[in-house]
Amino acid sequence: MYTLGIDIGSTTSKCVLLEDGNKIIATSLVVAGIGTNGGIKCMNEVLENAKVKREEIAYIIATGYGRKNFSEANGELSELSCHAKGVHFADPEVRTIIDIGGQDAKVIRLNSKGILENFLMNDKCAAGTGRFLDVMATILQVPIAEFETQARSTKEPAKISSTCTVFAESEVISQLANGSKVECVIAGICNSVASRVAGLAKRVGVKEEVFMSGGVARNGGVRDALERELQVSIKYSEHSQLMGALGAALFAYEKIGAAE
Amino acid sequence: MGEEAKPKYIPDPNSAKAKLGKIAKEHYDNLWIAKEKGEMIGWCASNFPQEIFQTLGLTVCYPENQAAAIAARGGGGRLCEVAEGEGYSNDICAYARISIAYSQVKDIEEQNMPQPDYLLCCNNICNCMIKWYENLAKELNIPMILIDIPFNPDYKVSKEEIAYVKGQFLDAIRQLEEITGKKWSDEKFEEIMKISNRTSKAWLEATSFCKYNPSPLNGFDLMNHMAVAVCARGTVEAAEAFELLAKEYEESVKNGTSTFRAEEKHRIMFEGIACWPHLRFTATELKSRGINLVATIYADAFGFIYDDFDGLIEAYCNVPNAINLEHARDKRTAIVKNNKVEGLLVHVNRSCKLWSGFMYEMSRQIAEECNVPLSTFDGDQADPRNFSEAQYETRVQALTEIMEANKGVR
Repeated sequence: MYTLGIDIGSTTSKCVLLEDGNKIIATSLVVAGIGTNGGIKCMNEVLENAKVKREEIAYIIATGYGRKNFSEANGELSELSCHAKGVHFADPEVRTIIDIGGQDAKVIRLNSKGILENFLMNDKCAAGTGRFLDVMATILQVPIAEFETQARSTKEPAKISSTCTVFAESEVISQLANGSKVECVIAGICNSVASRVAGLAKRVGVKEEVFMSGGVARNGGVRDALERELQVSIKYSEHSQLMGALGAALFAYEKIGAAE
Repeated sequence: MGEEAKPKYIPDPNSAKAKLGKIAKEHYDNLWIAKEKGEMIGWCASNFPQEIFQTLGLTVCYPENQAAAIAARGGGGRLCEVAEGEGYSNDICAYARISIAYSQVKDIEEQNMPQPDYLLCCNNICNCMIKWYENLAKELNIPMILIDIPFNPDYKVSKEEIAYVKGQFLDAIRQLEEITGKKWSDEKFEEIMKISNRTSKAWLEATSFCKYNPSPLNGFDLMNHMAVAVCARGTVEAAEAFELLAKEYEESVKNGTSTFRAEEKHRIMFEGIACWPHLRFTATELKSRGINLVATIYADAFGFIYDDFDGLIEAYCNVPNAINLEHARDKRTAIVKNNKVEGLLVHVNRSCKLWSGFMYEMSRQIAEECNVPLSTFDGDQADPRNFSEAQYETRVQALTEIMEANKGVR
């Protein structure tokens, strides 16, 4: 039996196709999120990859900010529960998840059964989110994928404010105008995101193991900075970005199980 | 063919809801009548000891109530922008910005009230209030009376604080006699204290019905009825209306009815002032998930119970906004436990430095002590720009999912 989880975020859409609630058949990721056709595109892509037809899917759960507008879904759940579920499936030892997505940052505490226990999210400000990194990448004209290598190449990070994206943007420009090296500024930007999110994590209470999900997890510069800030080792996987969709697919399977 | 217009809901005129609505409306009507008669009008802080002006027979109105009404009717953003255009920062309280703007605009469609001849300020509600009222006094060139009740860093009210506030209370009477020409009467004061206690007891009794499971009321009702607890606490009509409200709730418990028009699946404490500009959205989102608000510290905020003059002063020193974190936490923890609350939804109110400042830590401690999940959301009591629907939905949904998981629903 196939179930599908789809996570429609602010910048990307992600799908996970699951067989019998325990085998990932295919995944897809489309760089188009809420307000676009990214959701449908992403679902079609995962079906094509798996050579599975839409009618063969028993249940679909949508999550992410676009969850309410995806008409193909049979149900919807918050991304907090879905990330908890997905990460628990991938690594049952995890008790704290740091999820930094396009427009928000979340710290999620889960219990030994993978059930969401508590959470905190960023306030309205974009500092500490993926959007902050995108803005900085545009100013620096450095692809975001290069942030990790650049940040790791220096031991002298610049001091960038974690208060506000707009202020930080001005700071970056001033730093560059004053002759700071790009890699130092990038390391400073990663530190800035980490210190903002570490504040949230400390309020929830960090319990090991700690796992990082969401798109920003791919950025080693931010992961390193978070490890330093929180003094813990942070796990991640190349599928970190898919954890919400995976959780949604798992919940979809449980829904079918409950119905039967 | 067009749809027929839905008839406007008119509550039974003998119901508490109708009586409370009438008191609130008459409060504003009477202000204009008094103004026309040439009486002096005061603008008054919500937690200023109303026993003073009730005894003196003065007519006052409440900028906080007015600002909430303006915000709920959609005018908050417009008036905030007027104040910002005058140079006030958007970081200060939106009630203050709206009130200062109103003192200049003077006529709006959402909620008018007469301009003031004097100001009654008490900072037990917040310290921003002092600057807000000072600016009004300066701009309008009218006197301001301040009763300074500082934030209490200790758990209990000391004798020294009571003496400090009592001295100001007596001086406020003297100043008001001078400003308005009215005379103080100790006999009237005794009578007003009795009525205020009666109203407060009835108000607290009515709010206490939230403890029943399911609750006979939608907790958001309290946010509306609170206006009467603020503006008419010293009147027999308010006491009778709240007594009737308590009786109605008692009947509802017996009959199994409720003003919460949905199945009560979850019971939460809503912390902080309502997000007035988005009241419908915030309340509907909760109702659609079967979440009823069964606890709010605001019920306590306007219930003043005391036995004598010193007790009265102590009650005003003990209002929820003037007490330290531990005391504030313990008051809420008691409500959460008593009312069988299953989750906390905390409005991080950007207007209010006190309520957004220690709210994170206080709510964390309450959640830990009561073992209930907690979710916060950004908002504002009156500035519509500080709120995001999508963020609110996600947080409420996640809180619901935890409450469901705790009950083994999922």
